[in-house]
Amino acid sequence: MIELKSIYKVFNKGEANEVVALTDVSLTVQKGEFLVIVGSNGSGKTTLLNIISGTEISTSGTVSINNTDVTRYPEYSRSKWIARVFQNPLSGTAPNLTILDNFRLAALRTTSKKLSIGITDAFRKQVQDKIATLGMGLENKLDQLMGTLSGGQRQALTLLMGIMDTTEILLLDEPTAALDPRSAATVLQTADSLIKQYNLMAILITHNLKDAHQYGSRLIQMSEGKISKDLNSAAKNNLELPEMFSWFA
Amino acid sequence: MEFYITAIMLGLCLSSMSLGIFISMKIFNIPDITTDGSYTLGAVITAILFIAHWPAMVMIPVVLIAGAIAGSLTAIIHTRLKIDALLAGILVMTGLYSVNLIVLGRSNVPLLNVSTLFSSIQLFTNPTYNDILAALVFIGIITSIVTYILKTDFGIAMRATGDSATMTRALGINNNKMKIIGLAIANSLTALSGYLVAQYQNFTDINMGIGIVITGLGSVLIGDALIKWLNIRSILWQLIVILCGSIIFQLVLAVTISLGVDPNWLKLITAVFVLLIVSIPRLKFNLRQ
Repeated sequence: MIELKSIYKVFNKGEANEVVALTDVSLTVQKGEFLVIVGSNGSGKTTLLNIISGTEISTSGTVSINNTDVTRYPEYSRSKWIARVFQNPLSGTAPNLTILDNFRLAALRTTSKKLSIGITDAFRKQVQDKIATLGMGLENKLDQLMGTLSGGQRQALTLLMGIMDTTEILLLDEPTAALDPRSAATVLQTADSLIKQYNLMAILITHNLKDAHQYGSRLIQMSEGKISKDLNSAAKNNLELPEMFSWFA
Repeated sequence: MEFYITAIMLGLCLSSMSLGIFISMKIFNIPDITTDGSYTLGAVITAILFIAHWPAMVMIPVVLIAGAIAGSLTAIIHTRLKIDALLAGILVMTGLYSVNLIVLGRSNVPLLNVSTLFSSIQLFTNPTYNDILAALVFIGIITSIVTYILKTDFGIAMRATGDSATMTRALGINNNKMKIIGLAIANSLTALSGYLVAQYQNFTDINMGIGIVITGLGSVLIGDALIKWLNIRSILWQLIVILCGSIIFQLVLAVTISLGVDPNWLKLITAVFVLLIVSIPRLKFNLRQ
């Protein structure tokens, strides 16, 4: 369970260019919930996600994950619970390492990286089987450098890397914004099936209202640093796409 | 002939530093100027421990630890105080000059009548061959250890840190800690070169480290050009090519001097040579445009 209690986030506090990004945001996300967040630019969606992931520390308010107060935890120590996919498809992987090396690190997300060789034949086989599920033909290219793959391929692999180790929470920050429609569909379908299969808590930020309508079990609209609409599963199912478009009119 | 063998020996002795610079520059993208100081530090500690009658093998851990402290200081200044890595390195290097002078007690200490690492092998009647064999065995062991470290899970995390900081943070890696450990390892290797060179030339001089970082950078750049050209992927082979870079660098300098160039020009020639290595690929690129 993720629990945000009256989160405020102010950038450049006290200066002329002060920006209030989040105002008194409280939010609880339960296990198995797939939350979709929509909102115009500058509404605070990404800041909210960054406060959960630890990229930003809130100005006030508390963040807790599974009843542990993580408000002051640095980003790297929250990886115990959180796997992430970034807006930039190149951010989630290391280009000068092989696919296998990238997956090895992902498999150690929640534990320490020890001075022993972890890439064994068994591990290679495990990664091969996982990657084969994508159906992209990458399972025989494990020794290829990540940097030689396309953005869509890298984003799909980043997603898969998220479930290499035990994962509670999957954060997807506009994962398809930089992808072509076909890659975008693959990535979202993969995400959706992984979330169901592993019963993950997931938060997806998107500007694509069709995707927001199609995926997820709960929908939130943010505007001016606040949650302006919060639809549960039933309400979301009854929601018609034209009505969603009218939110942004 | 003797002349070239000296160059090869020097290249081998300095190749440990090249491995260190490979770690700081190619893995972490940090141009680490601490090198000038930690190289001399290694040689200074070697000299005073020989004077205290320590055997050559026994002093290795002390040399490694001293280098590691120098490197981690630079990394701590860089990561905790958010000071540019280049400036952090210059600060530590400058400070180390005094430390080295105080520890050594004077500016130059000859190491005569001591049993060096190189005298531990007596297989051939020609002492030069013994020297080369000893250096090869020593560098072979060092290279195997560095290869192993880079292949472990920890090593992958280290390589990823310099490659994609966003990714490593998301995968539970403390990038600052990685940089501190990485620069500590890099400067341990550099100090080890000081240890080897002091024994090879039988003296330690307080100024022996001036500009040595350029030699290391040049060696790594030569090696890196070969790695890209030959598309080498295995870590062991990459490191071996870096070692070759170090030897090639010394050979080029030796050839220049054998052409009758005044040794006073040596540092200038070194700088121009490194400039050439860095700029040639870009010049070629410009022509193609």
